Order: sequence, then structure tokens, then C-alpha cells
Amino acid sequence: MKKQEFIQGIKDGIPICLGYFSVSLAFGLTAVLSGLPIWSAIIMSLSNITSAGQFAGTKILVENGTFIELIITTLIINIRYFLMSLSVSQKIDPRIKLKERFLIAFGITDEIFAVSMQRNKLLSTAYMAGLIITPVIGWTAGTTVGAIASQFMPVILTNAMGIALYGMFIAIIVTPARTNKNIFFVILLSITASLVFNYLPLLSNISEGWAIIIITVFISAVAATIFPVNNVKEENI
Amino acid sequence: MSIKYILTGIVIMAITTYLIRMLPIVIFRKRISNKWIQSFLFYVPYTVLSAMTFPAIFYSTGSMPSAVFGCIIAIILAYFKRSLLTVALCASLGVFIIQIIGY
Repeated sequence: MKKQEFIQGIKDGIPICLGYFSVSLAFGLTAVLSGLPIWSAIIMSLSNITSAGQFAGTKILVENGTFIELIITTLIINIRYFLMSLSVSQKIDPRIKLKERFLIAFGITDEIFAVSMQRNKLLSTAYMAGLIITPVIGWTAGTTVGAIASQFMPVILTNAMGIALYGMFIAIIVTPARTNKNIFFVILLSITASLVFNYLPLLSNISEGWAIIIITVFISAVAATIFPVNNVKEENI
Repeated sequence: MSIKYILTGIVIMAITTYLIRMLPIVIFRKRISNKWIQSFLFYVPYTVLSAMTFPAIFYSTGSMPSAVFGCIIAIILAYFKRSLLTVALCASLGVFIIQIIGY
């Protein structure tokens, strides 16, 4: 049973792993080209597993920024993980041990969160282990390859791979939107809000991290109020 | 940029990110039974992913035409329920093709 869960986790983690390989390759490439030593890009990836946060952090380090700046930027860009962890915490098998929670926490990334929310049963440690290990390997390996290949990779390839993770996100949100009108509406609303925050003169000054958290909390709250969910079906299987 | 500075920076980033991820999972151990909160958490993935994807996806490939094309391909394939991997790879392929032909 545990082994099956682990293997399923790995299977579900492979698309993420491949997507991560491409994006982390771009990260490794850019990071080294902007001045970071190869070894540091690799360690950064292994210990953070976050594309947006790492890109931002790299920029600060390369410009010799202060540690306060680093903390605040990392906090703001990654604070959405707080909400994701909250969602995941509800889906974890309540029987798992505390130390396993500390381990699972390490792997709460956008994509791992998205895939684990799609799971049709409670999340077991074995499943999460498989789901987390595979992308972590992909993320670190990609960074390594990108960092080393920073001199050789043709731009057209890294450009094409730039869309891979967004492709994954689209796959995750479009599928249930087909049948669930509330989700469809929520998605449209979120996209509109995001465009507004990006392009409206006053609001575009708000950093991306804060914009995402504001949009998420506000729209999710409105949706929960207007379209309450009656049977959150992933609860009991 | 000394080694000490870089390493410290990396550790700071890692710890900050880990704390954000760890606190909710370690503290909330019981089921939340409040229906509003359950509904809220249900919608979070869709709002977050939507907000993160748009408009960022259009700037992800270095050329807007190829990004738009890739995006459309992704939406179409996702609508026809293709796997995550298929959607991601085909979107990338679409971008590649548009850029090869010069856009």
C-alpha cells in the first residue's frame, strides 16, 4: 500500500519534474550569466525549490543587496505558499506523524501543491514523498545543467521551455473549469484582477508577490461567500 | 560577492521560504470543519494559479507572438483533457515553431 502510494507520487511528479528541469535550466543559466558562481546556483535550487523567489533573490545577491531586502522580498514573493500549505494541511491524512509534516512542508511548491490538490484521496506521506522527490531532483538537475551549459545553450530552446510551467498551470485550471461554472467564473475574475494589478498605473506599483496574495485572498473569500462548496469531496475516500 | 555573503544569502532565502511553508502544515493538525473556510481553501488553487499565469505567460518566451500561440495551444489541449505533460510539451513546441519561422 505504501509502495503503491510512493510510486503513484513519483508518476504524478514526473510532469512537474520535466517542467522544473526546463525552468531551472533557465534559472541556472541566467543566474550564472548574471554573476553567481555555479555551485551557489545549485545549492540555492536544492534548498529553495522556488523559481520566482530564486530569480528575485539572485538579482539581489548579484547587486550586493542587504539581507533585510532579501528576507522581505523572499517573504512577499513566496507568501502565497502559506495559503497553499494551509490547503494542503487540510488534505493530509490526519494520522501522519509530526516529523513527517516537517518533511512534507519542504516540498510545497506551486506545482506540487496543484497536483496534490487534484488527488482524489487524503495525502499520505508515501505519496507526498514520491511527489516531492521527483521534482526536487528535476529542479536541482536542471539548475546544474543550465549553470554549466550557460555558454552553449541556444536561446531559441530556452525560450520555448519558458512556457512549460505555465502550460502545466493552464492544464490544471482549465480541466475542472469545463464542468464547474463557479470555478470558471473564479478563474476569469482572477485573471481580470491580475491584469488590472499589472497594468493599471497606481496598482502596478504593488509588487507581484503582494498582488497575488491580495487577489487570492479577496477572490477566494468572495467565491466562498457567494458560491459555497457543499461537498468538498476529497475529504473521505 | 564573497562566498560567506552568498552562502548566508542562500540560507536566509531557504529558511524564510521553509518557514512560510512549514507553519501552516505543522500547526493545523485537525480538520477544519467550518464550511466557509473549506470553500475558501477550495477556491485558493484556482485563484492563485490564474493570477500567476496571466499575464506572466505572455512574457515567458521572449516574444509575445510565440507566447500567445503557446498559450492558445495549452488552453485548447487542456480543454480536451490532455495530460499535464502533453499540454506543457506541446505549448513549448508551439513556441519553438513560431520562433523558428521568425516571430
